[in-house]
Amino acid sequence: MNQKDIKMMTPTTTVLIFIMAAGFLVAVYRMLFGLGAATNLNDLWPWGFWISFDVLGGVAMAAGGFIIAGAVYILNWKKYKPIVRPAILTAFFGYLLAATAIFLDIGQSFRIYHPIYMWQVNSIMFIVAIHVVLYTTTLASESSPMFFEKLGMTKALNLIQKIMVPIVLFGVLLSTLHQSSLGAVYLIVPSKLSPLWYSSNLPYTFLVSAVLAGLSVVSFEIILSARAFKHKLPMDILSGLARGSLIVVVLYFVMKIWDLVTGPGLGAAFDGSTAGNMYLVEMVIGVILPLILLSMKNMRSRSNSIYTINILVIIGTIVNRMNVALFGLAEYTGRTGADYFPSLMEFVLTMAMVAFAVFGFKVSAKYLNLFPETQH
Amino acid sequence: MAMNRRDFLKVAAGSGLLLASDIKPANATMPKELPPQAVGILYDATLCIGCKSCMVNCKTYNSVPDGALYLKGRDIPYEANNYEKGIWDAPVDLSSRTVNIIKVSKSGTAVNKDSTENGYSFVKQHCLHCISPACVSACPVGALKKDPVNGVVYYVENRCIGCRYCLLACPFRIPKYEYESASPQVRKCQLCNHRYAEGKYSACCEFCPTGASIFGKVVDLKKEAQKRLSLKTGAEYDFPVQTVDSKYTMRRPVSKYINHVYGMTEAGGTQYLLLAGVPFDWIGFDKNIKDDFLPDLTWAYISKIPAVIIGVMATGAVTWAITSRKNKDKGES
Repeated sequence: MNQKDIKMMTPTTTVLIFIMAAGFLVAVYRMLFGLGAATNLNDLWPWGFWISFDVLGGVAMAAGGFIIAGAVYILNWKKYKPIVRPAILTAFFGYLLAATAIFLDIGQSFRIYHPIYMWQVNSIMFIVAIHVVLYTTTLASESSPMFFEKLGMTKALNLIQKIMVPIVLFGVLLSTLHQSSLGAVYLIVPSKLSPLWYSSNLPYTFLVSAVLAGLSVVSFEIILSARAFKHKLPMDILSGLARGSLIVVVLYFVMKIWDLVTGPGLGAAFDGSTAGNMYLVEMVIGVILPLILLSMKNMRSRSNSIYTINILVIIGTIVNRMNVALFGLAEYTGRTGADYFPSLMEFVLTMAMVAFAVFGFKVSAKYLNLFPETQH
Repeated sequence: MAMNRRDFLKVAAGSGLLLASDIKPANATMPKELPPQAVGILYDATLCIGCKSCMVNCKTYNSVPDGALYLKGRDIPYEANNYEKGIWDAPVDLSSRTVNIIKVSKSGTAVNKDSTENGYSFVKQHCLHCISPACVSACPVGALKKDPVNGVVYYVENRCIGCRYCLLACPFRIPKYEYESASPQVRKCQLCNHRYAEGKYSACCEFCPTGASIFGKVVDLKKEAQKRLSLKTGAEYDFPVQTVDSKYTMRRPVSKYINHVYGMTEAGGTQYLLLAGVPFDWIGFDKNIKDDFLPDLTWAYISKIPAVIIGVMATGAVTWAITSRKNKDKGES
């Protein structure tokens, strides 16, 4: 099957467009009437669903871009070359969505450029902001060959491919810093965040879990698009990603258990509190089950089991980010008397973001040379 | 190969050094000492009668240009009843319309002042003006600043992007946000720094009838607080009113104090100090707040960034050089 056979107007596409339209209306409403009108945020819950899911979750999902690009261009693991374009494009969408969510979440959206020239190097948020700007630009450069190809801009294509290696290395650097700095954001709230998650290692656990999530997202996407577009499954690539995931999940498991034992102690996870239960959900779904399954060789060599593991890791990582940003703060804010549950508009906008990513990927698969190896 | 190795190493090293040089740790130090002319407030809960004069006057005197509650075209922001226009309500907590509040904690029959047993205690909540403020370190654009001379932590409206990291970072839950506005600001006590030029000081202290809130240099306030702790319960003492060096005093017996001045060490020390007859966590202070400077926690991460930049760029460049040579050898053989 080639690109021409990808049908644009399917029932799924109609639903996606409908959700995106609803999300657009929410965005307009929020810009006109403010955060209070559109969200359930309050003074004790300054950050809600948009930050925890769209930004923290979305950025973690985008980690596949720098890992695959690094593997192909820096480590010269040519085996992964066929998936470098979809991986980078996914990361680009992830960052565009995170940037959109940030634009709508900050109270003064039209001052979003302030961090570029109002430097405040003590602030993790400044570090985060600069990285979003630089890395989104980097991802755009990394994705640009596909567009230059499409537009027949040979000169630009040659130029960008000449400097691709340093661009990729710069992207690896920015991602390392950005993924970890999102964890570092929470270093300043030792008295607010539950000890189940608060640790001086937060930047490192965020980085490692993002690598795990990134590998899973890429693998998930290969399987999903192979099924949708009827490509042949590249099993050697999938098994390679699964082996990589195994190494990372073992490391992550050790880090998480170390944090738990040296922090609040094992008992804190089993005390039956909401935080404790959410910690167990995150660990069982996102770490322990994937670790057990990935350690079995036959699980790493079948696409169905890899697909299941990918979904477990993706859910587990999103739960982890929601735990740090929401559930881990609930005990503190409950003690001080405020509650938060996302508003309908917060949900709709988030769904629209996800819909946009799926739709954008589909459009790219149809109109750009996203899977070069299947065309020749 | 698209680019030769030497070119690549040049680019890699260049961008690494450029970034590394842009992060200047010398500029990055947060204050850790009390500024020389630091001003602050001493609140003595045992003297407070809960009249809320400080709240009313805080709103009045901050609703003028440069005041903490000023908004062009808006009158004094009393708490509006949400349902009926023109009906006012007493604020129940700090908010973007209330940057100073008197609260009461009580137990049982609540007849004994400054006691946790069938008693009650007032507390006055507003910004503590930390020596090393978490909000100032958290703000990505420098919209919150600490005055290097008087130590007041103040807000620069036109820099703020509204990320609300300050709300998250502050251990005392002080900065508040105007969620209801389409062009929102952060609101917090600025110790009436707009009134100093005309020789005035914090309105809450000027209008406190009992001397429960007094304004002054932090060094003097600390001395005054320690002195009160050293007095015998029941002894007569001339409590200064309005300011710590005031010529107006009020003579009354000394109540029983908890032997601690809140703000001496909390979060590394603050310019708002409190005395009370009941434990401070009983009147709303989070007992999980440690004595460490909070900005140190994030600085521990940020200070490593230059090393990470150089490390990742160098390791990446070397790795690329090795792996592409290997690939070439394979190709030739």
